[in-house]
Amino acid sequence: MRFGVVVFPGSNCDIDCYHALRDVMGQDAEYIWHRATNLDSFDCIVLPGGSTYGGYLRCGAIARFSPVMERVMEFAQSGKPVIGISDGFHVLTEAGLLPGAMLRNRNMKFICDNVYIKVENSGTPFTNLCGDGQVLKMPIAHGDGNYYADSDTLREMEENKQVVFRYCSPEGHITDESNPNGSLQNIAGVCNREGNVLGMMPQPERCVEEILGGRDGIVIFQSIINYLKGGTAGGKETL
Amino acid sequence: MFYAKVFVTLKKSIADPHGNAIKEALLSMGYDGVKDVRMGKLIEIKLEDGSSAKAQERIKKMCDTLLANTVIEDYSYEITEVQP
Repeated sequence: MRFGVVVFPGSNCDIDCYHALRDVMGQDAEYIWHRATNLDSFDCIVLPGGSTYGGYLRCGAIARFSPVMERVMEFAQSGKPVIGISDGFHVLTEAGLLPGAMLRNRNMKFICDNVYIKVENSGTPFTNLCGDGQVLKMPIAHGDGNYYADSDTLREMEENKQVVFRYCSPEGHITDESNPNGSLQNIAGVCNREGNVLGMMPQPERCVEEILGGRDGIVIFQSIINYLKGGTAGGKETL
Repeated sequence: MFYAKVFVTLKKSIADPHGNAIKEALLSMGYDGVKDVRMGKLIEIKLEDGSSAKAQERIKKMCDTLLANTVIEDYSYEITEVQP
């Protein structure tokens, strides 16, 4: 499978994503400079974390107008999988590919820590090898991860199972104590209505090897590969 | 030449941790009676355009597309004609 990792000015998790996909997952991966205008050869697009354009104005607000984004929108509209991680999640909300927006963390701090997230929807291209309710341990590193959507949008998202991950305790309980940044309803990751665009604040590419402190991120990338090979949520196997 | 002042503020319904930090600082400095602080952005734009109406239209479009995220923010603007 061929993954494209978009490189915006200020992206800084692009190399981590590339390494995870290529060296750990054994997939074909290429960097895509943000001025690229052809994504035809790719099966999946990754918008990595970082601080695009220094985070000026709002996180992701300027990157959203990079030339590649028009192609990313077409790519998403054609039903192919797009995953935005951390700042890449910001870019997707700014572009209107995902609902909601991100506010400053409620405690005003940049948080760099391991958190637990619960898989709320295992029927997506990104979670199809997870169990429903499975708890994953992943690192976060962000100052603006406080997810917000208005109540009508949130209701619609819940009805369509668009909340994919919620912050939880190690045992899987959704509590305020386990919510690191103040996100509405502990939301850590959401998908679009069609399910082929995912945004998540936790960073799976940072936990794909034991030396990094865990391997829970692998299931996300393996799910995408499984989906692209035509597998479905039925084919769960132990990784 | 037109000069636009664009004010971008968090919607009233949304908690503002920045504003709250400033409020706490003001209170700890002894400014009793500070009940609420909200922080926003002021964006100043100098713009060449044919008419005031056209400048208005373009500024509004800039707000809707880039300057504000209307999911979480409100905006307003003032436009005046200035010497280049």
